[in-house]
Parts: sequence; structure tokens; C-alpha cells
Amino acid sequence: MDLFIQLTLTGLTNGAILALAALGFVLIYKSSDVINFAQGEFLLIGAYVMFSMLVQFSLPWTIGLVLTLLVAVGIGVVVERLVLRPLIGEPIISVIMATIGLSSLLRAIVSTIWGNQPRAFPSFIPSKPVHVLGATVGADRLWAIVIAGVMLFLFNLFFTRSKEGIAMRAVADDQQAAMSMGISVKRIFAWAWSIAAMTAAIGGALVANIVGVGPELAGFGLQVFPVVILGGLDSIPGAVVGGVIIGLLEAYVGGYIGMGLNQVIAFIVLILILMVRPYGLFGQEIIERV
Amino acid sequence: MVSGVFHTSYESDMALRRTPAQKIRIVLFVLFILVFPFFANKYTLTLANQIAIATIGAIGLNILTGYTGQISLGQGGFMAVGAYTAGLLTVRWGVPWWGSIIIASLVTAVVGAIFGIPSLRLKGLYLAIATLAAQEIILWTVTHWKALTGGVEALVVPDPKFFGLRMNADFNFYWLAWALAGITALVTLNLFRTHYGRAFIAIRDQDIAAEVMGVDLFRYKLLAFGISSFFVGVSGALLAHYRSIVTWERFTLDVSVLYLAMIIIGGMGSVSGSLFGASFMTLLPALLTNMGRSLRKVFPAINSIMPFLQEATFGLVIILFLILEPEGLKKLWEDIKDYFRLWPFSY
Repeated sequence: MDLFIQLTLTGLTNGAILALAALGFVLIYKSSDVINFAQGEFLLIGAYVMFSMLVQFSLPWTIGLVLTLLVAVGIGVVVERLVLRPLIGEPIISVIMATIGLSSLLRAIVSTIWGNQPRAFPSFIPSKPVHVLGATVGADRLWAIVIAGVMLFLFNLFFTRSKEGIAMRAVADDQQAAMSMGISVKRIFAWAWSIAAMTAAIGGALVANIVGVGPELAGFGLQVFPVVILGGLDSIPGAVVGGVIIGLLEAYVGGYIGMGLNQVIAFIVLILILMVRPYGLFGQEIIERV
Repeated sequence: MVSGVFHTSYESDMALRRTPAQKIRIVLFVLFILVFPFFANKYTLTLANQIAIATIGAIGLNILTGYTGQISLGQGGFMAVGAYTAGLLTVRWGVPWWGSIIIASLVTAVVGAIFGIPSLRLKGLYLAIATLAAQEIILWTVTHWKALTGGVEALVVPDPKFFGLRMNADFNFYWLAWALAGITALVTLNLFRTHYGRAFIAIRDQDIAAEVMGVDLFRYKLLAFGISSFFVGVSGALLAHYRSIVTWERFTLDVSVLYLAMIIIGGMGSVSGSLFGASFMTLLPALLTNMGRSLRKVFPAINSIMPFLQEATFGLVIILFLILEPEGLKKLWEDIKDYFRLWPFSY
């Protein structure tokens, strides 16, 4: 039973981090139909910028976080303007390849600036072990769950209450109609990319707090795919639910079956879902006969 | 006064070599390939061999992605199937190297077709994600099925011998690799003169229209995956015998991305484009390494940032080509030809 609780907690926290990475991914897909293969690199950049703020400039973590978010917004806008905007209307494969190229470019920039050795991260969130129901888990991992929940809430608020959020949904629904309503589609794309970079930066800082900062953080970019497909590519609650399910699944498989199967189980699930229900749990069902 | 290449009969439109100039260029190219190894040193020969292997793989991927329009991120996984099958056949069951290449290619074709099944329900980015999963699953199987593949440890393949010749010596391998590359190119060019090839292109351009016209999507998509994976298997098996060592690190997702980059930079849906792309993506890192070496005296720090510089260039080249010349090197080549054909009245 203890094992079960331990695994559940680990799964939930991993799932929360996955969900954070997936939120930005879904946001970009929802508003601009772009699959972002560089999401993991956004996480990486967020983690390293936060690291610089805390260690190299020794700022308090609040100011550091705000500055990190600003940097993330800047990167999001620049990436959208320079890479994605010229490719509007190009075939899917071009857009996919552009974000793949972007991912290797960003990774190279990060390694040039910070090197590629993993480093310890000064924990700005307390990481003392906490005992919950007989299981032990780091406090920062529990914070990850809380932060993911808060982000989900904020996102929902943003999409239902704010002008930009509603405009973003309009663009996602029909670009031309949105344009004729006076919405600047380009601005919305820039918004989407900077918000995605921001959530990724928060996710990155969280993961770095838990496991330290190193180039392998970019690996989250790939783990996001099973999450978003399971939850539905264009569904924000789906990203969170998908993240939690995949996180729990990996934890249980790793704990009860082992044999390294937890590394691949998500992708097996991914294929199965694609065969049975490509639009995922909460995604918009588009009937597309092939 | 010529103003372009126009065909007035179906025979000329269907011909493999359409213009006299093309025939001359092909003869020159073949002559170059035949003469090259006698003047090349070991380093350039290695590069030429890598290009030949990459060309076969790129043509394979181009059949699937460029001609049939099915995006595949599983290239690395399929190459791993080819390489490991060839290696294991030779090591465990003593199959001669040429036999192992043939069997490995067939096995890869079957595996490719199996992973092509999701393509019946998926297209576009969903298919890309499905093939990404295929890549991860194949690589996981390779690294975890220790009893068969030896897991993460390298598989050492014995030297391929042909009447006492060591076939993986650079000079000998050159002939094998380029002969196979030539055969692959010829087969592919001819494939797209048959009704199979035209069905593939029809699926790419409009799958529903293709089905209405009687193209069985199920059959032809699987066939495209199979044929494509066959050539990918050939290149994987060649790699195994050339390198004498098979490790999983050579077949990661980066390889899939590299090959996609090759066909995008070279030109989608074109055999010559595959050759251009394979050459470009093989020569570019080599060129960078050499530049780094010669700059070392002036700028000593370059050694430590070289790997990052390679990665950054790789990303930048992909992005720049997509934005500036989405049709790739093939289009640039056409433009150059047009310029001279129409000169001096190019308007």
C-alpha cells in the first residue's frame, strides 16, 4: 500500500510537470495549428535563465522569476516573428521541420552560453521531504501539483474572461472570420508563443528545482506528445488530465512491472490512442476520413 | 530560341532522360563517380561512402514523404531494424553479408509496413507523431531486448569478404555503395513511371480524389511504407557492414530528423534532390569541422564550441531553407539551368 501511495504521488507530480509543458504546447496548437517540437527547449531555456538569475546575478527568486518570464516572452515573440510567421500557409511538414530546426538551434545556443554539464540548482522552492500518508515526497514536487493547478485555473480564466483569450479562441476557430472581426491574427500568434514560452519557463524552473539543471531537460519536449494526444491536441483541461494520466501510468508501470517499460509505455499508449481515438479524450472531434 | 522544356509527346514526357543535356550530365556524373576513387584519399572516400549510404536512405524516405506525402519521423528506427537485422544475421546465424543485406531489407520493409498501418486513419501531423512513437518503440526494443540485440552494447559485425576482398575497406565499399545507390535511384525513377508510382503521387496530392479514381488507399499506403522502408533497410544494413559496429546511438530520433532535413533541403519528391540533400548534409558538418581545424590557431576556443556550432548550423540551415527556398537545392539547380538556358532573355 505504501508503494502504491508513493507511486501515486510520484506519478501525480511528474504528471503536473508534464502538464505544464503540455499547456504551452496545446496553446500554440490551439491558436495557430503549429506543432511545436521546440517545447522542451523552451523549458530548458527557462530553467537556465532562472539559474543565471539566481546564481550568477544572485537575485531574490521573485525578481529572478519575473525577469525569466520577461526573457521567455521576448524569446516567444522573436521566434514567432522570425521563424513561424514566414511559414504561415506552408505545408505541415515545413512547419514541423522548422520547429525541429528551431529546437536544435536553441539547444546549441543554450549549450554555448551555459555549457552542457548538469548543474545543481539553488532550490528557491523548499525541497525538504514531506510525509504524506506514509509516503515520502519532496515538498517542491507537491508544489508542482499546486502550480499546475493554479496555471490551469489562470488559463481557463484567461480564455473565458480576457479579451485576448477570447480573441485567441476565435482565431483558433476560424482565422478569416476572426480577421474580419478586427482581430490581429499576427498579434494573437505572438501572444500564443510568448505565453507558451512563459509556461514552459515556469515548468523549466520547477523541474530544475527538483532534479537540477542540465541539457536533458529538453527531453520533456518529446514526452509531451503522448500527453497532448491523450488529452486532445486542442484541449487545455486535456493537457492537465493527460499529463496526470501519463505521469501515473509511467509511475505504476515503473513500480510494478519495471524492466524499463515505463520509458516506452507512454508511446505505446500514444499509438493505441491514435488508432482508436485520434482526437483524444477532450479534443475537438474532427471527422476526417483518410 | 528555347524558352523552357516542353514535351510534345507522351513518350518524351514519360522518358527517364528528357533532354540531350540531361543525358550528357548523367554521363559526366557517372564518369566522375567511376574516376573519383582513384584520385581520392581515405578521408574523401569515407565521405563519398557516407553520401552513398545517405542517398539510399534519403531516396527511401523521399518515396514515402516526398512522393506519397506521408510524413515519417521513424527513419532512424527503420534504419536500426535494417542494421541490427543485417548484423545479427551475420553474427548469430552466419549468413553471408550480401544475403544479410537482402534479408535485412525485406525485414525492414515488413516492419515499415506494420508501422504504416496507423497511416490508414491518420495523416499530416498525427501521422508524424505516430511515426515518432514508432521510432521510440523500435529503439526501446533494440536497447531492452538484450537476449537478441545485446541491449546497449555495441554489436560487432565481422568484416564482409568477397573473394578474399575486404568489402568494408573504403575503396572496395565505394563500389558496392555507389552501385546500390545507382540501382536505388534507377528503381525509384522507374517506379514513378508505373501505375504504382502515379498512385503514390495521387495520394499525396489529394487522397480522397485518388480513392475516388480507384486507388486503394489501404494497399498503396502500406506499399509506400514497405518500398520506402526496404531502401531504408538497405542503407541501414550497409551501414552495419561498413562500420563493422552497430550501436543504438546511431539510430536515434536525430537520425530521423537528419534524413527529413536531407529531403527538405535537397527537394521533396525528387531522386536528384535526395542526392543533393544527402551530399549537402554529409559535407556540411565535415566542412565545418575542417574550418574549425584551420581556425584553431587564430581562435583557440573554437574546439570547445564546435559541437554546438554544428548543431546550430544544422538548425539554422533547415530554418533558412524552409523560409527562403522551400523547394530545396533541386529548385536552385533548376533555376541555374533555366538561367543559362534562357540567357540573355530571361523574361
